[in-house]
Amino acid sequence: MATKNKTLRRNLIALSLIAPFTLTFLLVFAWPTYKVIQLSFTDAPLIGAGEWVGLDNYRDLLGDRLFWIALKNNGYFLLLTIIPTTAIALAIALAVNRLKGWVQALILAVFFLPYILPVSVVTLIWAWMLDFQFGILQPVIEFFVGERVAVFRDPYWVMPMIAVVTIWWTNGFNVLLFLAGLRNIPQELYEAAALDGATPRQKFLRVTWPLLWPVTALVLTLQLILQLKLFDQVYLLSQGGPFNTSQVLLLLVYREAFQQNDGGYASAVALVLFVIIMVVSILQFQLLRIRGKR
Amino acid sequence: MNGRKVENRILSFITILGAVIWIFPLYWAGVTSVRTEEHVVSAGAGLLPDQFNLSSYIDALFNTQMLTWYWNSVGTSVILTVVVIISGMMCAYAISQMRFPGRKLLFGIVLASFMIPAQALVVSQFILMNEMGLINTWAGIILPQLIVPVVIIVYKQFFDAVPKEMREAVLLDGGGEYALLFRVYLPLNWGITTALAIVTFITAWNSFFWPFLVVTTENKMTIPVGITQVNDAFGVFYARLMSVALLGAMPVAVAYLIFQRRVTEAVMISSGVKG
Repeated sequence: MATKNKTLRRNLIALSLIAPFTLTFLLVFAWPTYKVIQLSFTDAPLIGAGEWVGLDNYRDLLGDRLFWIALKNNGYFLLLTIIPTTAIALAIALAVNRLKGWVQALILAVFFLPYILPVSVVTLIWAWMLDFQFGILQPVIEFFVGERVAVFRDPYWVMPMIAVVTIWWTNGFNVLLFLAGLRNIPQELYEAAALDGATPRQKFLRVTWPLLWPVTALVLTLQLILQLKLFDQVYLLSQGGPFNTSQVLLLLVYREAFQQNDGGYASAVALVLFVIIMVVSILQFQLLRIRGKR
Repeated sequence: MNGRKVENRILSFITILGAVIWIFPLYWAGVTSVRTEEHVVSAGAGLLPDQFNLSSYIDALFNTQMLTWYWNSVGTSVILTVVVIISGMMCAYAISQMRFPGRKLLFGIVLASFMIPAQALVVSQFILMNEMGLINTWAGIILPQLIVPVVIIVYKQFFDAVPKEMREAVLLDGGGEYALLFRVYLPLNWGITTALAIVTFITAWNSFFWPFLVVTTENKMTIPVGITQVNDAFGVFYARLMSVALLGAMPVAVAYLIFQRRVTEAVMISSGVKG
């Protein structure tokens, strides 16, 4: 009886410890997850009840030109950002790692600083730098293509320029991950390689790169997930335009739900994005687990 | 040997050049913000700072709702950080140190929620907040952002590493689980607590998508949402826009520069490259 009471008491204390997180989780995560699935089978407006319509929203989705454009643009954006940002971050990390003392701290701070800025600060600054009339970068663009370009209103320039802004903004995070990876490589390996007469090139290819591969995989998958959630920069710089050339899935969710008042259809689009990101996340989780076991 | 030295010099030069290019947008925003509006768009405006005029800062601070947005940002970010850290710490402690039914399941849910993209839930979260009457309130901004599973995962790792003897000693002295958590486990992990708090705060301060959706009136906006309104309301004044941008960036930039070490450490720990 005494032990039973003790167990009960312990369980109640445990319950009180987990309650704040668990209740919030149920309210703002579990319930909305259930709700968004249910909504996607109805024709509900954003506010108010709707009728059950079965798979209609999904059928509409397959025939919706804008949905495919958004999906394609998400893919295009991944191509424009993932590999370049990883390569640039690796180069910067290697460069910063060579430096020492306060110079290293200063240079690292320079590359990391944009990452901690609010997105709207970033877009305000870049919109000014790329301003058609007075932008400081327009002469550079003029030098290369012979004329000024209103980049966020140009179908060809809009996505690559959003990618440039995004890389500038988020790259510092990747630099940090690579730096941590570089610092985890035992110094003895380089010394051993040097004894064997390895050139810097060989050292990089035979020591640094293979040992850095787990971090590289981490950076690639984290970026993949992050960039799939693209919304802020596009909304602030081009609103999905011109002619939907920068329309992406999350922007479509926003547009359908909050501008067209079509909660049901927006939920269906959101669920597609949800499933894509979950699949990538699970792959990433498996990848990291394999790494952890090794 | 000499060739190596030259190579090193060249590499250092390229690195510094890269850093200069990287910081240029912020430098340029700074230069623009302290010029007069007329000078900003004049032909004589060069690359170097040539004026020091704070009128657009004063304009930005007192002729927009900037101070209100600061207040909303500070309030929501501080509350959010405190709640996320304390509730995360409590939950991690229970998972790490206690045995109770559903423990494994709970940790499984925490790991799984790590993968759920909150952005895909905004439609139903908005409906929920509307039903609760929380549109255009701090609570509406804060509530859906309270799920930060990485805080629990990191705390659990650190609590797991605390020697078991300390726990037994306190329990023998008649201390309870709460005493253990707040008198032993928390003080032992101050370092990681401040690191997690700083990163949670910066993330909360910077968050855009959700506050943008849940707030529609200007006097409830946070800094990242509010500063996008300045342009619409006053037409395009570049010096003022840059003042607004830099004022919006100031708190997090200062926090980062003061706690540089802790911030980089926290970013590394919470992404799993450093334990």
